[in-house]
Amino acid sequence: MTDMPAGPVWVKSDRQVERERVRRARARRSASIATASTVVFVVLVGWVVTSSPGWPRVQDTFFNPEHFARALPDVLSGFWLNVKIFLFAEPLILVVGLLVALVRSTRTAALFPVRALATLYVDTFRGVPTLLVIYMVGFGLPALRLQGIPTDLTTLGVIALTLSYGAYVAEVFRSGIESVHPSQVAAARSLGLSHGKTMRFVVLPQATRRVVPPLLNDFISLQKDTALVSTLGVLEALRQAQIYASGKFNYTAYLVAALLFILLTIPMARFTDYLAARTRRRRGA
Amino acid sequence: MTLLTIEGVWKNFHGHSVLRGIDLEVRPHEVVSLIGASGSGKSTLLRCVNLLETVDDGTITLEGRDVTDPRVDVDEVRQRLGIVFQAFNLFPHMTVLDNITLAPRQVHKVPRERAEEEAHALLSRFGLAHKATSYPDQLSGGQQQRVAIIRALATQPRLMLLDEVTSALDPVLVVEVLEIIRELKQTGMTMILTTHEMGFCRDISDTVCFLDGGVLLEKGPPEKIFSDPDEARTRDFLRSVLEARRL
Repeated sequence: MTDMPAGPVWVKSDRQVERERVRRARARRSASIATASTVVFVVLVGWVVTSSPGWPRVQDTFFNPEHFARALPDVLSGFWLNVKIFLFAEPLILVVGLLVALVRSTRTAALFPVRALATLYVDTFRGVPTLLVIYMVGFGLPALRLQGIPTDLTTLGVIALTLSYGAYVAEVFRSGIESVHPSQVAAARSLGLSHGKTMRFVVLPQATRRVVPPLLNDFISLQKDTALVSTLGVLEALRQAQIYASGKFNYTAYLVAALLFILLTIPMARFTDYLAARTRRRRGA
Repeated sequence: MTLLTIEGVWKNFHGHSVLRGIDLEVRPHEVVSLIGASGSGKSTLLRCVNLLETVDDGTITLEGRDVTDPRVDVDEVRQRLGIVFQAFNLFPHMTVLDNITLAPRQVHKVPRERAEEEAHALLSRFGLAHKATSYPDQLSGGQQQRVAIIRALATQPRLMLLDEVTSALDPVLVVEVLEIIRELKQTGMTMILTTHEMGFCRDISDTVCFLDGGVLLEKGPPEKIFSDPDEARTRDFLRSVLEARRL
């Protein structure tokens, strides 16, 4: 805009000043309404809970500061195992999910058996509850007594979670791939790119960007589901809390575990929101 | 009596002024064209009238009411306006008929039967009666844009805003869309349109406005603007458009 005419200069009119004052007043008004309704809501809920007949008992069993402090070290050390399971499982799930999605989106006739297998995998592992997969992998696999099959329960837990979540993530990837408009494929293929190259350079980069929010949602879910591995006897946060609770007849340890999981998932949730907001901004809404 | 009055309207984006004190009056039944290079602020001005953008200064008065007042109900204002976009913006998951009857039924509470009757009447009037049950992607660009115009008309707006409605169409399809607009003028519809079709603009407009860098530089009847403009920049712009046409 270098050749813009030396036109008028903006001096804010009284009308505009007044208009901005009205807008600010309205913004203040909605902010105070939001605050007031939040306070009323919190006070009301707090009052209903604390005035209930069983509250003193519940407070002692679930919200006991002393037990909280004593359970924390064990539960926290167990929690690191949850984080580790998550960190190992997540990249594996991404790889499995992407591979299965790619296989399912091939069209070559010769690849039909692989495609059928991928479909069977997704159908099976999406259909079976994660807890059952963990049981079957955790107790079934080692029972085969095959050479090279890991017997470490944590590793088996990671394998089970990967199998289960891989199926979900494969579908997320596939929906992303299919959401890329066919004209993009047409443009890439008409430049002479093969199916593989078209996927790699044109379709996947667009698809991945679109599926980031649903993927992160699945990962938040995975972070929680690492607790299911406790059923194999792995000493992670939930298991540690169980041990504490059954030894001391106090459930505050569960609260400790719950808080730790929340602390882990909230940053991820906000990050998802941030990414979604950024995409919206880029589209110029 | 004016239908729409625009007074000293400013609009800034990221510290850059896109509209710099625009004044414009539109009388009932008047057809006003906005011409100018890309980025001169034509589309932004239309979006400000439709309240899709909030003005940073100045006032826009529609039928005697200040619509830039922060307390105004924007939905109520938009009910009196029809806008047609360059990229049609039809709803792809709805048939032509549903696209047209959505606003009459949901906003104006017209019963389904009557809304569809009126939609069918409009479709036949503009030669699209056989497309009522088609989906937008089964139509040509020209047909889609005609449906978009009908969709805007179906709410019986007091003022139609047409934002480069032929820019995404090939020349053969442009004609059918321009014919509709010409017919609208004959029915007395008040319109503000932005366009690059200078011949059409000259033919249909009562008033032509030349925008340059966010300033309404020159305004007048088409004979005057196209034959003997006062401003050198208007002349330059028209000459470059003519040269581009010759290529």
